[in-house]
Amino acid sequence: MVLAQQIVLGLLLGGLYGLAAAGLSLVFGVLKVLNVAHGELIMLGGYGAYWLFALAGFDPFVSLLLVIPGSLLLGAALYLILFGFVVRAHEETRIKNSLLVGFGLALALHALAVRLWTADDRSISTGYGGAVLTVGPISIPVIRLASLLVAFALIGGLHLLLARWRWGKAIRATAEDWQAALLTGIDIRRAYLLAFALGTALAGAAGTLVSVGYSISPSIGLEWTLKALIVVVLAGLGSMLGTFVAGLFVGVAEALSAAAFGGPYREVVGLVIFLVVLVIRPQGLFGRTR
Amino acid sequence: MLEIRGLEAAYGDVPALSGVTLRVGAGEIVALLGPNGAGKSTLLGCVAGLVRPRAGAITWDGGENLLTVAPHLIVERGLAVVPEGRRLFGSMTVADNLDLGAFSPRARAARRESLERVFTLFPDLRARRRQTVRALSGGQQQMVAVGRALMASPRLLMLDEPSLGIAPLLVRAILDALVEINRAGVAIFLVEQNVRAALTLAHRAYILEGGRVVGEGAGAALLRDPHVRRAYLGPLAAGA
Repeated sequence: MVLAQQIVLGLLLGGLYGLAAAGLSLVFGVLKVLNVAHGELIMLGGYGAYWLFALAGFDPFVSLLLVIPGSLLLGAALYLILFGFVVRAHEETRIKNSLLVGFGLALALHALAVRLWTADDRSISTGYGGAVLTVGPISIPVIRLASLLVAFALIGGLHLLLARWRWGKAIRATAEDWQAALLTGIDIRRAYLLAFALGTALAGAAGTLVSVGYSISPSIGLEWTLKALIVVVLAGLGSMLGTFVAGLFVGVAEALSAAAFGGPYREVVGLVIFLVVLVIRPQGLFGRTR
Repeated sequence: MLEIRGLEAAYGDVPALSGVTLRVGAGEIVALLGPNGAGKSTLLGCVAGLVRPRAGAITWDGGENLLTVAPHLIVERGLAVVPEGRRLFGSMTVADNLDLGAFSPRARAARRESLERVFTLFPDLRARRRQTVRALSGGQQQMVAVGRALMASPRLLMLDEPSLGIAPLLVRAILDALVEINRAGVAIFLVEQNVRAALTLAHRAYILEGGRVVGEGAGAALLRDPHVRRAYLGPLAAGA
């Protein structure tokens, strides 16, 4: 029964991995740029919600309505100031440049967060924070369950946006073949901008959910970038729902290995998954083959 | 309507086009022939804005130089390209691919009529519009590629080797469709390695070798030209 409890907790955390990875996957798939500062964007989203809670008393789930559009704007600004120059480079040099820009941005945001919020762990504790849903022998923290549902709703919304919206289709077309996208009259720079802004918005939403069910500190960025990267590699590019499922999978795998081998090993399993997928199925579980 | 003058392009130090001059008039079918590596695709790439030439001018409608137009706005001017290898969005449906063809605002206004036109031209696609493009045969994919370009309501349609790797029966269907499209007033610029078919279809043709135009003339006249016959219509190509 302890095992079942661990699996449930793994699923709850895995939903956030999926949400964190969706943003990274979108940016990587469309811009062919690996944003290693993605975790720092998650961290910023978390502090955004924390500030709204501490200064204005906003419920974190309500804060999402402000954090998401705020992150969208932040993403657009970051694209225009930084990443817009990276994508002008040829695809081979793009990854290298994006790593440099991304690491620089990650360091800057980390320093900024320490300055603004100190290096302490922060968490939003709402009145209903301790509520637990008991199903037989398993107890489910309500707030984490709500976070999982919100994460799933956001992924579903993104999926619909990419499937139905005119510019959503344009973003997918650009991801698949940017030259063909140009030939059909798509302004690919605009598709890049939209994809980066959407990816940042997802990071902001993920950060908010992390700050309420778990905790944030200025140094969580790298950890979340790595988790997101593992999930992206496992899922492959191209399917947001697949990315979410892969996130759940990694969450459960971590919980199981922690239960089997002890707590410290939960970090190892993700890296093992990373290696195994790269060797056996480099395009990922849900990725498209060329 | 399209005039190319003194076009020079190179990949690094390797010249691809040296002083290419040609034109396509309104309502014409013009073929561009030549061996592999002659620069045919580079020429199309320059016109579409995907390849930056070193020198020369590409004039559209007797006025604007297309080299100064952003690539994604070229299709808006009424010039659509069917690229070599089709370059469709393989994970999307036929309907989505066609819809993206009408992405530019001007084409968007005429989307419904254009879609009807494409389905009339290629009835196969109507039944398959919900299918993923990757699941279609090469010939059907080529129909989608031509359809996607037509969705932009072009006045000039440029095609790069539309018959490459396609079953002969479907090649016929696609070439017939081109004649049909041309009858509706759309000029056609056809890059082809199927020389006999292209020359039968075309009003005029240019021959590109080593990045230079080495011959031009009416389609029928070139079919009788000894150099063309020897180089492109030898006994091995007789079946084409």
